Amino acid sequence: MLNFLLSRLLTFIPTFIGVTLISFSFIRVLPGDPIIVMAGERGMSEERYAALREQFGFDRPLISQYWDYMTGVLQGDLGNSFVTKKPVFDEFFTLFPATLELSICAMLFALLLGLPAGVIAAIHRGKFFDRTLMSTALIGYSMPIFWWALMLIIVFSGMLGWTPVSGRMSLMFYFDDVTGFMLIDSLLSGQKGAFASAVQHLILPTIVLGTIPLAVIARQTRSAMLEVLSEDYIRTAKAKGLPPSRVTYIHALRNALIPVVTVIGLLVGTLLAGAILTESIFSWPGIGKWMVDSIFRRDYPVVQGGLLLIAVMVMIVNLTVDVLYGFINPKIRKS
Amino acid sequence: MALLEVRNLTVEFATTSGTFRAVDGFDLSLDPGDVTAIVGESGSGKSVAFLAVMGLLPWTATITSDVMMFDGTDLNGLSPARRRQIIGKDMSMIFQEPMTSLNPCFTVGFQIKEALRIHLGMNRSERHARAIELFEQVGIPAPETRLRSFPHQMSGGMNQRVMIAMAIACKPKLLIADEPTTALDVTIQAQILELLTSLQEETGMALVLITHDMGVVAETAEQVSVQYAGQKVEQQDVRALFSTPHHPYTAALLAALPERAVSKHLPTIPGVVPGQFDRPDGCLFSPRCQFATDLCRTQPAPVATPELGYSRCHYPINLPVEEVV
Ligand SMILES: Nc1ncnc2c1ncn2[C@@H]1O[C@H](COP(=O)(O)OP(=O)(O)OP(=O)(O)O)[C@@H](O)[C@H]1O
Ligand SMILES: [Mg+2]
Repeated sequence: MLNFLLSRLLTFIPTFIGVTLISFSFIRVLPGDPIIVMAGERGMSEERYAALREQFGFDRPLISQYWDYMTGVLQGDLGNSFVTKKPVFDEFFTLFPATLELSICAMLFALLLGLPAGVIAAIHRGKFFDRTLMSTALIGYSMPIFWWALMLIIVFSGMLGWTPVSGRMSLMFYFDDVTGFMLIDSLLSGQKGAFASAVQHLILPTIVLGTIPLAVIARQTRSAMLEVLSEDYIRTAKAKGLPPSRVTYIHALRNALIPVVTVIGLLVGTLLAGAILTESIFSWPGIGKWMVDSIFRRDYPVVQGGLLLIAVMVMIVNLTVDVLYGFINPKIRKS
Repeated sequence: MALLEVRNLTVEFATTSGTFRAVDGFDLSLDPGDVTAIVGESGSGKSVAFLAVMGLLPWTATITSDVMMFDGTDLNGLSPARRRQIIGKDMSMIFQEPMTSLNPCFTVGFQIKEALRIHLGMNRSERHARAIELFEQVGIPAPETRLRSFPHQMSGGMNQRVMIAMAIACKPKLLIADEPTTALDVTIQAQILELLTSLQEETGMALVLITHDMGVVAETAEQVSVQYAGQKVEQQDVRALFSTPHHPYTAALLAALPERAVSKHLPTIPGVVPGQFDRPDGCLFSPRCQFATDLCRTQPAPVATPELGYSRCHYPINLPVEEVV
């Protein structure tokens, strides 16, 4: 196990360097000059512009700028935001819980609906439920997030007035961050109605962000179940006289989960990409919205640092999934 | 009263290219404690017939029979819930491929204890004690540690022992062993067969041994029923079948045994069992039969008397002397 972890950590090194290179060059390839953007409509004098260029080091060759950046990164310093002047690191970890909370809710939504839907579709393959579910999943998978979010907002916020349109919490409530998770903090605050408000704010973003993972998990579960259900050991389980529910949900699902867990690991990247759009639409104060805003402001350190930290998060999640995979697949655990 | 009585069992599969009759008028009568072998080539419907008895066929299968009684219970039209109380308890089955017949995600201990809980309602410690006892009974060394193994950590022979332990866990009245040794190497094959026969003697359960190996039949069974293309073509007691086969197919199977070879080259039966599209009109064996006449090729063969081993043939061979005259 330790060996496995160490070897996986070693493979992180090239990925890590690759991500720094890409994020560093990506933001610089975009047209637009951060100093001009900072100056805004007023503009600035030639001398002031030159002074700022020197202060930020933009006058030096890219290679030496990258070198400086990497020296900082290796010392755990991602630089300060051009706009807020605060360390990128601190900003990231202030905003990250919001994204994490939304992502966890979206994943739970996808799993709680997708697993049973996939199982039921597999058992009733070719029947009405199966066909309906699979075509719905295809639609869910190919629907643009943006459009889907707008439709939900129009119906549930606009026409029915059931859910708020943006943010994480009604303005009526105010309390300090403890964990950064609104669902938990609102309970800790003890204020009446705060928790309900947090839930209401979460519903639409969760559905929007969870739709693609839901479609993927339902389809994957269905096909994995179909394969497993024709295995010899399922016939053995039936020959023992076990009730169908036990055959399906213990003997078959346990095996079908192995490929599904792999897919869940791959979905984490999709989830973070989706979070960027979802957070922008719902003004959700997480890292997705923060990244988008920073790209518009050409806030180089934030974009570079944010991308790097997101990549590290994805790597950690994938590592966790690999470890989890070993636990649910006994054949891997041994070796 | 017979323990298992099956008459005129027919199984048809709905396939994309039409219906396919895998079992065609299968009959069997077993008394408690009987040891019967079912022999026949690959594709002759041996497995399908007994999966139908167990109720384990997929929904594409249509099962019809005149009689299907087990231990006083009519299996025809039995509700799935009632059948689940019988299979795995009074009637159990083991399969051809031990390596794929056990669930790779659970320990063998979990898989054996499961049946004990469902059928016998034993508590945790009773189940554990019984599982160890069963492992000892089927000759698995170090049962205490083996219970915690996963199937992939054990050999095919050990896995087949686990399957047998699972099948006899609830002291069944009938054990159906579907080619239990086909996937194993020769020395292990002999051990597993020995285990099955000794367990049969110990417990007095009835044993159905499905095989395509005449050698296995000779060593283990009392009764033999020969299957061809979904039909029973002959049924006799072992000695009689080996000395005086009445159906040309049985004779050909026996001639193909290495021990009986008279020349340097082993005789074989030319051709294969007919499939969905090449079923002949008359006797199903006629295209491969060296004695076949026009009658055989056009008229389905009648079933002969018990003295002639119920031989399904127009011209049964090895007739008793007086009839030849
Ligand atoms: N689920 C199924 N759907 C369609 N056809 C099937 C199905 N199961 C079995 N068959 C067909 O039924 C026929 C009989 O199969 P069966 O498995 O009973 O043969 P067998 O005598 O047990 O042969 P073997 O010695 O290879 O085990 C075969 O032609 C097989 O292709
Ligand atoms: Mg078979």
